[in-house]
Amino acid sequence: MQEYDVIIIGGGSAGLAAAIEAYKNGCEKVLILEREKELGGILLQCIHNGFGLHLFHEELAGPSYAERYLMLLKETKIETKTDTMVIHLSKDKILEYVNPKEGYVKVKGKAIVLAMGCRERTRGAISLPGSRPSGIWTAGTAQRYLNMEGYMVGKRVFILGSGDIGLIMARRMTLEGATVVGVAEIMPYSNGLPRNMKQCLEDFHIPLYLSHTITNLYGKDRLSGVQISQVDERLQAIKGTEKEFDADTLLLSVGLIPENALSLEAGILLNNRTKGPLVTQSYETTVPGIFACGNVLHVHDLVDFVSEEGKKAGYFAAKYCIDNPDLMEETIQEPITVEAAKGIIYVIPNQLYVNKLLEKQDFLFRVNTPLQEATIIIEKDGMLLKTIQKKHLAPSEMEKVTLKKEELEGIRGRLSFRIFAKGETV
Amino acid sequence: MKTEMICIVCPMSCHMEIEQAEDGTILSVIGNSCNRGDSYARKELTMPMRMLTTTVAIEGSLHRRLPVILTGEIPKEKQEEVMKEISKICVKAPVLYQQILKQDICDLGVAVMASRSMDCYENE
Amino acid sequence: MYDVVIVGAGIIGSFLAHDLSKYQLNIAVLEKNSDIAGEATMSNSAIIHAGHDPKTGTLKASLNLQGSRMYESVCKELGVSYKRTSAFVAATNHEEEELLPAMIAQAEERDIPCMLLRGEEARRKEPNLSEEIVAVAEFPTTAICYPWEIALALMEEAVMNQVELKLNEKVITIEKDQNTFQILTEKGNQYESRYVINAAGIYADEIYQLVTKLEKNPIVIHPRKGEYFVLDREEKTLVERVIYPVPSEKGKGVLLVPTTHNNLLLGPNSTMVTDKEEKGNTTEALAYVKEAVQKLAKNIPFEKIIRTFAGLRASGESGDFIIEEAMDVPCFINVAQIESPGLASAPAISEYVLHEILMKKEDQDQKLIFIQKENYLKRRHPIRVKDLSEEERNKLVKEQPAYGRVICRCEQITEGEIIDTIHRTLGAKTVKAVKKRVRPGMGRCQGGFCEPRVVEILARELHISPLDIRMDSPESLLLTRELWGGDKHAGI
Repeated sequence: MQEYDVIIIGGGSAGLAAAIEAYKNGCEKVLILEREKELGGILLQCIHNGFGLHLFHEELAGPSYAERYLMLLKETKIETKTDTMVIHLSKDKILEYVNPKEGYVKVKGKAIVLAMGCRERTRGAISLPGSRPSGIWTAGTAQRYLNMEGYMVGKRVFILGSGDIGLIMARRMTLEGATVVGVAEIMPYSNGLPRNMKQCLEDFHIPLYLSHTITNLYGKDRLSGVQISQVDERLQAIKGTEKEFDADTLLLSVGLIPENALSLEAGILLNNRTKGPLVTQSYETTVPGIFACGNVLHVHDLVDFVSEEGKKAGYFAAKYCIDNPDLMEETIQEPITVEAAKGIIYVIPNQLYVNKLLEKQDFLFRVNTPLQEATIIIEKDGMLLKTIQKKHLAPSEMEKVTLKKEELEGIRGRLSFRIFAKGETV
Repeated sequence: MKTEMICIVCPMSCHMEIEQAEDGTILSVIGNSCNRGDSYARKELTMPMRMLTTTVAIEGSLHRRLPVILTGEIPKEKQEEVMKEISKICVKAPVLYQQILKQDICDLGVAVMASRSMDCYENE
Repeated sequence: MYDVVIVGAGIIGSFLAHDLSKYQLNIAVLEKNSDIAGEATMSNSAIIHAGHDPKTGTLKASLNLQGSRMYESVCKELGVSYKRTSAFVAATNHEEEELLPAMIAQAEERDIPCMLLRGEEARRKEPNLSEEIVAVAEFPTTAICYPWEIALALMEEAVMNQVELKLNEKVITIEKDQNTFQILTEKGNQYESRYVINAAGIYADEIYQLVTKLEKNPIVIHPRKGEYFVLDREEKTLVERVIYPVPSEKGKGVLLVPTTHNNLLLGPNSTMVTDKEEKGNTTEALAYVKEAVQKLAKNIPFEKIIRTFAGLRASGESGDFIIEEAMDVPCFINVAQIESPGLASAPAISEYVLHEILMKKEDQDQKLIFIQKENYLKRRHPIRVKDLSEEERNKLVKEQPAYGRVICRCEQITEGEIIDTIHRTLGAKTVKAVKKRVRPGMGRCQGGFCEPRVVEILARELHISPLDIRMDSPESLLLTRELWGGDKHAGI
């Protein structure tokens, strides 16, 4: 069995960054396994621009962002296998992949980086009522049909969910000659970036129905119509508020779920909120030597942050592999928990090893509702550590807080993040 | 007169406030994190500009479409016209990243360029 | 001139076609849809009930029992999935508990293995059974199957043995003159046959109506809709047995059913519908199902729901199957009102039609001659890469590299398996037909990732444009046009 230093599962933005960083940090045998026929991941079908502002200080189209990383990759001796699917992963870091050239092959990695990305929630996952004709896709599938395969998927389009992919597809379909008749969002606020609300909907006069969801679908063969209804505070449809639209196409942009079938097979524990692995500050999962980054860990809204996370995971994977962890680590210390308390959906990392604190420790989190003028409260072992004032917070925008080593030192039990909204009483 | 605006230049989405005089002259822009926000706000109130990305037909490569981007922004209301013009382009692989496919589209002073490279690909 | 025309290619029509194809007879099957097994056969609980439940003296009772005993060997012969899981009938209170002994007695009378368990004992076997369950009747011979796979395998073998399968052929008139039927389809095709077997599922009443002179059609179908959830597959499903509530007058109730591919089905409810095309899901029914299954089991991972579906049961007024030669139309055989346990009974129903009806005809003019074919062909079992040993898999990929390219990541289906299913005797021509046969799209992404690739493979293998690939019916368009570009430019 071939052995590698670091094996990266997934050649998208997270995987490419992880591989390059692992290589730069002294790992010679680095392998990327990618399912598609070329590297780049979902960026390749995201032909719109807006990528790379943080990392490259310019605004790139998705494929251009990937191209930059592929150019960096070319300068390394990283081995890559495309058209290759990883079908098994075990906790002793042996994985099995398959491709048409080599067949089924088992390889071992001293360290493994999970970078499989995520999948879209489907009609089934949200149990949409109504008939089951053709013409209903997730926004990402439609995006692939248009941008990679070159086919239109419909003429009159309705979009459920105001996630960014849905908004981007509203504009894309419109520019290609389709009519987007409306977008419905079950929440009372949009889930997309304001920039996409503006330039994808407003610019094209596409109506957005907040606090609305689909209550029926029509059509026996191809979709013929969509019924939406307003929802109450418990997100239940209100009778008598139905609106009907003629539409031959429904695109769903109702959320993304980290793709963790392999992680589960390897016995990695997942976080209930993120649906991704539980990780420490070194992006290590609950299985030693297996790291996770990008959308397989938690769903991001900016690819720059995915690359940044990939870079970190790659760095720690390299460190793990060079430090020969089988010899160390045995001074086992229980990690402390990073808690997402009131108003916060999750915080990454989920666990912190006090003996391995970094000089600067980033914490990424999302709030569960949009807020103006709110305070982020960070507590260390139940004592106030820090407060941060925020003008504006939204679930669709990931927040980042950096704590210094000295701030965290001495922590024993728990680091907790919560939100204090304006006007709230203690 | 004050106008609130969310900057759309990048995904940072800065919340900005623009103060205008009676005659429309922009007096101040606040809330932006970079200069691009400032110029966006000024332009959006006078002549809104947009970047346009789409695909063109490509032959002899793995994919049937090549993603393209403009080298600069165009007036918002010109998007349809430019789309129509770009749709006439058909290229052959190989194409280089940032290769210019058409100069001065619709006489707007911007070019259409490939947003990725695309090699030749033989179908099995 | 055909000897027999079967109307309807569900599980019943498929068994009949298969069993008749063993004899030297000319057989045609007319199916209104673009693929077989698309109605009740596609939307049911996929259980081979042990046979304890139907009322004594009914066709349902005898054929269910007989059918359930035939399935294992039928499935093995065809190379399709079958798994004996056992089943619990779970009582949630003492009133229900009191009904269990009678159920056990009826099963024992029919020689069906069964036993009575206390709630605690039952929970030891099924730890996720609800704490409310006080007692359970267990039926170890209960099994699960993959219904449309069986129908497809049966029909494939039938077609290999000269049965003519005509798809997209909706029967609109049937006339009988002397000893032959003239059958006309919507497309204008005419079929002439000595016998007609009506296996048209929920449309069986309408098919019989075409030919009967009776004032009151004895077949009356009141379709009852059942809605289901499908949960993502897991190494070990929440429950390993079929879990039934204690049945009521309304039927078997809402169940938890593990599937042959390690998914879990929750459902069905039961509501009368008047429109036979009404197969949509409703918020109310789905909420009802969710509530009902929680009386039977705990820890149900509803976040693992990957799909909902609904099916129509061909429920009749009489409460029993109707399997007989029409009294007013000789040689017209009705196989109607086949609701639950129709799937479990299917092989026995077919045998009953052959042995108790067709072979017993004595009239010299009408009688069919049953001579077995000498060179009956068996189907080639499809390769399931997942089931092969490492060595076998690698040998296969070396010979046919397409078996090394995974197209469906959720169910790990290779391009080789998809290509094979397109080119088989009953070749898949649509996205849904591929999905039914080899499962890409059945997993958690519901085709999000693999559908474009399946479309591409279908187009390539069938030498047609992706624009001509349909989801299912000829009207179920997927792609509407090519994007404008180059010489294909059409102007915006």
